[in-house]
Amino acid sequence: MAAVTMAKALNAALADALLDDERVVVFGEDVGQLGGVFRITDGLQARFGDKRCFDTPLAEAGIVGFAVGLAMSGLRPVVEMQFDAFAYPAFEQIASHVAKLRNRTRGALSVPIVIRVPYAGGIGGVEHHCDSSEAYYAHTPGLKVVTPATVDDAYSLLRAAIDDPDPVVFLEPKKLYFASAEAELPARTAPIGAAVVRRPGTDATLVAYGPAVPVALAAAEAAREEGWDLEVVDVRSIVPFDDATVTESVRRTGRCVVIQEAQGFAGVGAEIAARVQERCFHALHAPVLRVSGLDIPYPAPMLEHTHLPSVDRVLDTVARLQWDDQPDNRWVAA
Amino acid sequence: MTTTPQAVRRASPRTRRKATPAAADPSAGLLPQSEPVRLLNPDGTALPPRDDYPEPPVETLREMYRRMVVGRRFDTQATALTKQGRLAVYPSARGQEACQVGGVLALRDSDWVFPTYRESMALTARGLDPVEVLTLLRGDWHCGYDPAVTRTAPQCTPLATQTVHAAGLAYGESYQGRDTVALAFIGDGATSEGDFHEGVNFAAVFKAPVVFLVQNNKYAISVPLSRQTAAPSLAYKGVGYGVPSEQVDGNDPVAVLAVLHRAIAHARSGQGPYLIEAHTYRMEPHTNADDQTRYRDVDEVEAWRDRDPIARLEAYLRSRGVLDDAAVAAVAEEAEAYAATLRRRMDEQPTVDPLSLFDHVYAEPTPQLVEQRELVRAELAAARDEEGDA
Repeated sequence: MAAVTMAKALNAALADALLDDERVVVFGEDVGQLGGVFRITDGLQARFGDKRCFDTPLAEAGIVGFAVGLAMSGLRPVVEMQFDAFAYPAFEQIASHVAKLRNRTRGALSVPIVIRVPYAGGIGGVEHHCDSSEAYYAHTPGLKVVTPATVDDAYSLLRAAIDDPDPVVFLEPKKLYFASAEAELPARTAPIGAAVVRRPGTDATLVAYGPAVPVALAAAEAAREEGWDLEVVDVRSIVPFDDATVTESVRRTGRCVVIQEAQGFAGVGAEIAARVQERCFHALHAPVLRVSGLDIPYPAPMLEHTHLPSVDRVLDTVARLQWDDQPDNRWVAA
Repeated sequence: MTTTPQAVRRASPRTRRKATPAAADPSAGLLPQSEPVRLLNPDGTALPPRDDYPEPPVETLREMYRRMVVGRRFDTQATALTKQGRLAVYPSARGQEACQVGGVLALRDSDWVFPTYRESMALTARGLDPVEVLTLLRGDWHCGYDPAVTRTAPQCTPLATQTVHAAGLAYGESYQGRDTVALAFIGDGATSEGDFHEGVNFAAVFKAPVVFLVQNNKYAISVPLSRQTAAPSLAYKGVGYGVPSEQVDGNDPVAVLAVLHRAIAHARSGQGPYLIEAHTYRMEPHTNADDQTRYRDVDEVEAWRDRDPIARLEAYLRSRGVLDDAAVAAVAEEAEAYAATLRRRMDEQPTVDPLSLFDHVYAEPTPQLVEQRELVRAELAAARDEEGDA
């Protein structure tokens, strides 16, 4: 075992995929010579040549549309959108073609491409560099949407995404890129479609994904002082969503808080909260609550800490889970 | 050999110019000719032959004529099917037969076509089953034919998005050592879309063997070409991307095919993409649901009847002595039979299966889709039971 960063694990996953499958090609803006602005593709062009890993013109719709054509010719493109908000020009290609080609052609064509998106904030980035865009993709049938929160998962989920017969939007939490953990690559973890219990607990379930998972784990650790034993479920795979693991946990603990970094309204957390409520109603001792970013455009760097879900905000929310059977009067008009 | 005083003077060090050749024009070979290429007059008489665009073999032209006549009959039949409620809508390509048929006739079976929704005629001319081509408009599924087998992408509605796919596919094919060419159909309005520029640019940068065939039929639904571009012609859009381009009289079948042959040969030989603008005219409204009297004069449409591409080719082939009354009648008969068969087949109500809605969202349905499929199955069973009770 050695200390490995998520960035290194992603790099290793790309390298191993290029090695194992000659159909894999990696491309995007600055991914060749430079190795990507986050160095996720570092060294791949030198090692595999500029046919397997290459720079493209600066045009995101072009990159994704080009990948669709390459996939139609039998290749397995892995493309990088340089930043979350820079992927928006590609949205028509993603929503109208990547997501739908299998369906439109009754399975005659498929688009086994991976769209890697560095996403979310917490890195002091200026505007248009910190969006949490998962809800746009998760709302689009035909896409799989995956986001790792650990080094092992970064490697394993990316390998699984590249091997997947369907298009995968692979959301990489930027603030976790350079966090390291003891890991031995190649790691293999649970498949796409499975949530994982990161920390067992008995009193309440925190459901989180991507950059919110470390927040949930830190909150669970801090909650011990308050006398709460919290379980943390890492969603990992937003689509397909693992209802079974989440439902099993919440039925056992009877309480649930869903945590996401994205703005809350109509977000993935809202969908999860609704699903938990539908499936666990009789096991719940309190309403399912959410902790999310504020419903604002992503703030300027000096204000982002107010926006992002914090350990304190999570603990305050856990405190409202009707521990002494007192009703939560927060929503009652004064 | 004697040296003239003049030559001596030229060679003297004081007056000799540096032997630099005139700087080559970097746009040479990229710009289209200032007038659309034309090999036939509108009345079908031949213009002088030209070296840059040799006339295609006469057998190919006869085949083109046959497919154009059948294609127009198909197009007319499809419009009629909308009136009978068999199709939800139909965007006619009447008047554009030279481009529709030429575009596919110039390709090999192993080449790929990237059509828009207006290319139904092109696809039937390529030999696709007309019922499968019309599936999209009949409404029993989206794409009715198998793109992998027919080497024909689904008809594309989001404008210009298919140009990037064509670039990617063409590059992917050459990457894997195959000499496939991709032909992307696109209309004049769609050249304003960003994806058109990205598609042409990607194809150029990666030297992808793509031919972009712009059918400039003068209208994007109601908006005339003058509102789409200030360029001298759409073919001038290629030079900015380093793509050789040409403009052609899109109602001159011989010229269309000749220009396509050159463009496809260019692409197949590894020299990268080619852009063609074919000047043509949409003789019908945008679709059967459109009211063209709101944006164009009947006189304008009538004027284009004199430039009909089928009449032009027929007159030319007759003048060459390779088409006679009997051959014309035989083709007309074939077209009628084609339409009759299509009518009969379209009379059959297609069967649709609600449970198939879940089959091709993912390779394997998600747990949520399995649940929803079960819900729909139960609804259908309950509805059947109610019918049985009634």
